[in-house]
Amino acid sequence: MGYTEKELQEKLETQEYQYGFYTDIESETFDKGLSEEVIRKISARKEEPQWMVDWRLQAYKHWCKMKEPNWANIRYKKPDFQNISYYSAPKKKSKYNSLDEVDPELLETFKKLGISIQEQKRLTGVAVDIVMDSVSVATTFKKTLEEKGIIFCSISEAIQNHPELVKKYIGTVVPQRDNFYAALNSAVFTDGSFCYIPPGVKCPMELSTYFRINQAGTGQFERTLVIAEKGSYVSYLEGCTAPARDENQLHAAVVELIALQDAEIKYSTVQNWFPGDKDGNGGVFNFVTKRGLCHQGAKISWTQVETGSAITWKYPSCILKGDNSIGEFYSIAVTNNKQQADTGTKMIHLGNNTRSTIISKGVSAGKSQNSYRGLVQISPRAKNTRNFSQCDSLLMGNNCGAHTFPYIESKNSSAQIEHEATTSKIGEEQIFYCNQRGIDTEKAIALIVNGFSSEVLNKLPMEFAVEARKLLEISLEGSVG
Amino acid sequence: MLRIDNLHVSVEGKKILNGIDLHVNPGEVHAIMGPNGSGKSTLAWVVAGNEDYQVQEGSIHFKGEPIDDLDPDERAVQGLFLSFQYPVEIPGVTVTNFMKTSVNALRKARGLGDMPARELLQKIRKTAEKLQIDSKFLSRSLNDGFSGGEKKRNEIFQMMMLEPTLAILDETDSGLDIDALKVVAKGVNELRSSSRATVLITHYERLLEYVVPDFVHVILDGKIVKSGDITLARKLEDQGYDWIKNN
Repeated sequence: MGYTEKELQEKLETQEYQYGFYTDIESETFDKGLSEEVIRKISARKEEPQWMVDWRLQAYKHWCKMKEPNWANIRYKKPDFQNISYYSAPKKKSKYNSLDEVDPELLETFKKLGISIQEQKRLTGVAVDIVMDSVSVATTFKKTLEEKGIIFCSISEAIQNHPELVKKYIGTVVPQRDNFYAALNSAVFTDGSFCYIPPGVKCPMELSTYFRINQAGTGQFERTLVIAEKGSYVSYLEGCTAPARDENQLHAAVVELIALQDAEIKYSTVQNWFPGDKDGNGGVFNFVTKRGLCHQGAKISWTQVETGSAITWKYPSCILKGDNSIGEFYSIAVTNNKQQADTGTKMIHLGNNTRSTIISKGVSAGKSQNSYRGLVQISPRAKNTRNFSQCDSLLMGNNCGAHTFPYIESKNSSAQIEHEATTSKIGEEQIFYCNQRGIDTEKAIALIVNGFSSEVLNKLPMEFAVEARKLLEISLEGSVG
Repeated sequence: MLRIDNLHVSVEGKKILNGIDLHVNPGEVHAIMGPNGSGKSTLAWVVAGNEDYQVQEGSIHFKGEPIDDLDPDERAVQGLFLSFQYPVEIPGVTVTNFMKTSVNALRKARGLGDMPARELLQKIRKTAEKLQIDSKFLSRSLNDGFSGGEKKRNEIFQMMMLEPTLAILDETDSGLDIDALKVVAKGVNELRSSSRATVLITHYERLLEYVVPDFVHVILDGKIVKSGDITLARKLEDQGYDWIKNN
């Protein structure tokens, strides 16, 4: 029996992997392509237990049967999933106890990005877990957290050290087959963060992770899992930056939040991945699944400032399962040049007396397209639920677009649902007024945009808000001729 | 300080000013009066540097230098202030924040560092007190939901904060009740000094009883047709603009 052509091809591909993997130990980047074999290798590389391998493979099987969604208001060339490397790690893998041991070049890069860890540590007391090309290279403040019984580590470490927690909760909020990108992430995620707050504990500091894509052509598939036990509280910050790239980079993260009875999770994101150049070349494709589950009396707040990526596809959602639980979504999405964003939220009201608030601010400039897409769903058995949604769009110039797609599905007549939407344009008179007060046009636009976004910016933790304001200014630089 | 010579201006192809001559010296207060559509506001906006207004002939000098090529913000840096007839709303930007941005932008352009936050807040508080402005007002969004009177008071507040060399007040008095009018007048009078100048653009003589101008000019169809002192304003109030037209 000879080989079929397909088998031969597979064999050759596998050999290539073996070659790439075994002969080039220094590089620590897998060759491009995705198969069961690659998933097994990722898992082996991370010394994962058998249940994790099986879970990944199950997800991969689902993914193979799924199709990329195309309902979003975005246009792009679909990524070739066989042309992506699914594992990449910095060469130096040793763990550090203090920042002094970290590669100075790496620290220098972070400085250039305006993220000085030392400053962060010293001034703000933020514990920073850096995910650099999928592997955590520095974790700080661990001891303080440990004393409270808080676990804050990479998901890989959690799989090793706290398998019972990971096994119990992973995939419970975002199932493997939830959507195309979530399935892909479940199969190939290489790292991400894990956070566990024990019952009744208020986390004493903002937990923070900076994600960054570094090596060309490596997709990033983080997996974040946050578990807040009964009566606990945590505020989690996620910030992202990426250097310029010529080719599109795929990013498909999954974030799962579990807020048990009376717990509160505040999850804030500042995202400024490379958006591509003025003509829309390069830039990150950002397809993210973020969802939180609220038990009785629990509260989850999502706050996001999205300025980067060529394409953003992202709907942080809350499942309000327990009675009296609360979901909040505060969002600013800025698009410039040829960026496209389709973002919003889903509030699924299952419990009685559940409440949700949605405040979405979209700023469009250049030739960009900015869409809000939101779903408010009231289940037949959920009594006395309330939702308030407000979607505001600000346009700059005549070549951009703002779109709002609010979906409301109410199956219980006791629900109170409010939706407000406005669209405005930065007026020449506003700019002239600022000019007359000595404020130049670029600064005037930043001021007006900041004012427009202030309801959301005010929801961010202090040190993050400062960064976010700067980011809004940078993103709109050169957007007026 | 301000020297306008033979100024001809059009907007969207329509001729509005037909040869304005106006000389304002330091220490002087000039009032410009005229009916609707006579070109009063156009004069204010063209001096402030609005791009929609095309200067076709003539020139504007400020402090001895031509300013035709300066952007509006550069003119502000030179010490020019315009109190808007219809101040614009900027939602989400508080009066305090706007003031801070403006003060520091002007300082930066003049080669100074930011005004220390404490000093700035003190100055804001003092100025607000003088103009009988409630402190709550300072944390509201700029002009957003302000009444007509509040908007005008806010313009005077900004003028006093920025202490311009030349202030042009474009119908700051219209729509004001007598109390608000007195407050506006108080602000203008307080800034009056031998090194500053003010141009008051108005329909009515009322304000001029509180801020007595050195010169009164009447503008008709884009041209200054008569100049005089306060008695000219009183005569206009008495007899109306037809009196000028018929003379």
